[in-house]
Amino acid sequence: MEFKFDMEKNKEKIQEFMTFIDENRDKPGVLMPVLQETQERFGYLPAEILELISKELNIPLSEIYGVATFYSQFTFVPKGENDISVCLGTACYVKGAEKILEELENVLGIKSGGTTPDLKFSITPTRCIGACGLAPVININDETYGKLKVEDIKGIIEKYR
Amino acid sequence: MMTLEKLREIKEKTRPILEDRLKKEGKTEIREDGSIVLKGDYYKKQVRIALRNCEIINPDSIDDYIALDGYSALGKVLFEMTPAEVIDVMMESNLRGRGGAGFPTGRKWNEAFKYDADKKYIICNADEGDPGAFMDRSILEGDPHSVLEGMAIAGYAVGADQGFIYVRAEYPLAVKTLKKAIEQAKEYGLLGKNIFGTDFSFDIELRLGAGAFVCGEGTALMESIEGKRGMPRVKIHRTAHKGLWGKPTIINNVETLANVPIIYQKGADWFRSIGTEKSPGTKVFALVGKVKESGLVEVPMGMTLREIVFDIGGGVADDRAIKAIQTGGPSGGCIPADLLDTPVDFESLAKIGSIMGSGGMVVMDETDCMVDIARFFLDFTVEESCGKCVPCREGTKRMLEILEKITEGNGEEGDIERLESLAETISSASLCGLGQTASNPVTSTLQYFRDEYIAHIRDKRCPAGSCQALLEYYITDACIGCTKCARNCPVSCISGKVKERHVIDTETCIKCGTCMEVCPVGAVITR
Repeated sequence: MEFKFDMEKNKEKIQEFMTFIDENRDKPGVLMPVLQETQERFGYLPAEILELISKELNIPLSEIYGVATFYSQFTFVPKGENDISVCLGTACYVKGAEKILEELENVLGIKSGGTTPDLKFSITPTRCIGACGLAPVININDETYGKLKVEDIKGIIEKYR
Repeated sequence: MMTLEKLREIKEKTRPILEDRLKKEGKTEIREDGSIVLKGDYYKKQVRIALRNCEIINPDSIDDYIALDGYSALGKVLFEMTPAEVIDVMMESNLRGRGGAGFPTGRKWNEAFKYDADKKYIICNADEGDPGAFMDRSILEGDPHSVLEGMAIAGYAVGADQGFIYVRAEYPLAVKTLKKAIEQAKEYGLLGKNIFGTDFSFDIELRLGAGAFVCGEGTALMESIEGKRGMPRVKIHRTAHKGLWGKPTIINNVETLANVPIIYQKGADWFRSIGTEKSPGTKVFALVGKVKESGLVEVPMGMTLREIVFDIGGGVADDRAIKAIQTGGPSGGCIPADLLDTPVDFESLAKIGSIMGSGGMVVMDETDCMVDIARFFLDFTVEESCGKCVPCREGTKRMLEILEKITEGNGEEGDIERLESLAETISSASLCGLGQTASNPVTSTLQYFRDEYIAHIRDKRCPAGSCQALLEYYITDACIGCTKCARNCPVSCISGKVKERHVIDTETCIKCGTCMEVCPVGAVITR
């Protein structure tokens, strides 16, 4: 699915972002923090912004994509308003994280890693988030739900609809 | 400007306030020697050094940290010791890297100390990626200043004025806590220019990971800080000579650094009196999985696995039988139940085919399939292999395919041998620790649970009853003939008369598990 980035609508955000670049451009190894800032501000890495970074920092676009695609936290499609990260660490796995993920996919009608067309929800499979005592665990935005059972999922999602 | 006098004043002012709060909360006990420990059975057998302040101080308050002698070690080394003396104490303490490899910290520091350069760096490796491990996160969230102080001491010892903390982005609270701690330390003049009014300056910058497990490897982490793809370097130089931006760099793990200040407070002899001769001190483990009380435990090195799981963790959940303990994450192995009396230290774990690793300890019971666990870790490694070395990139993928085949019931004779041959190639021909240890989960399960592999391949049976494709639903003679299962079966493969035992036609069965769910007497089992 295509998600279009609106340069006009994001004008103010882009300006703020430019200030960030100006303040940090001389820092060594600045590309990663800049990409993280991009994702923080726009929710994902829009192609238009990456081109802007390339010009501003004088780094070839190919190199930027090389770095951005290497790290799994960077995404090229927008995340949903409610991003659900499903922990797939060892402790969660032995306690049934796979089934939780399956149920989420069923309830939301999207695959793991996807975003619903109305941009309300996205599912992000995540490496161990270190809440192993609560396994299995999901995070919705900044809220943690632990010791989950498959039956709990529907009710939790309802809260965010 | 901070002075030793001022530090003492803050301590004297804050300590009574802290003690008052702790007394009210009632979770702690203040001992005669002034040390504060957590109460309860879970903590009785623990010796908390790296976690000494966790759950006791308020992590957002630098005063709380100072109240419990925080930053006194930094003051001591700056005023009373030369860098060479600082390194001598570290060597003598024989503190070994808690990130997993166990390299002596003092020797590492000494390498960078001796190497002349205009700029040196200290890196704190907080890219704790092993699934099932969260000791570093807990230290960063519970006692961030101990890590900052440890870094500053390391900086003074080797002659570095800049530090980086590389923390994974999956730990937002740790990032927030660290930011605040760095700010407070700078405000107090405990970081930044002319610390304690001496000519020693040390600054710390936070850098965030972005979800690449391989960045926990030292040189890959440095590449990442430099703003590149996090791929390990060819190890021509020691990073203590040529590391970050080609300058001498010390990279220490969070838990290692948290141990540093207290070693200078209490001395190397005190530290060596804890743990074993070759592995002094304690280790923090994340005790998780099928254990009654999961959580962080810090114990002296040399304690046995049995003591950790049963005496501290209370045994296996649901009182099932313990089958194995997985240590060391994707680089480690599964230790079978009959080796539970192995003492936990670097050498003993290596001897039985696992590793200490960063300290993940996942307890597994009889319902966990060892082939499936090996598959789980290989799946992880395939995803996280950076792709630089062909044996790791391609080999782990082939191993995963074979393991998937086996767990799906399509294993063939020769698969085990193929796995073993791939494992050998990958571990001897990969550049970094990720590849070199990627096959450990397979080799260790092959060593101790070979018959499970054989059962999957020859008998198409999963002894743990975990691999869905190999399961067979079966109705025992506990069946009361209520017909509920037959009525609910979506493919009508259950036959039987009322009040008589029912039978499942396994040829038609789609293994949906409905019969098991609806049976009122629990007569449906998987085998």
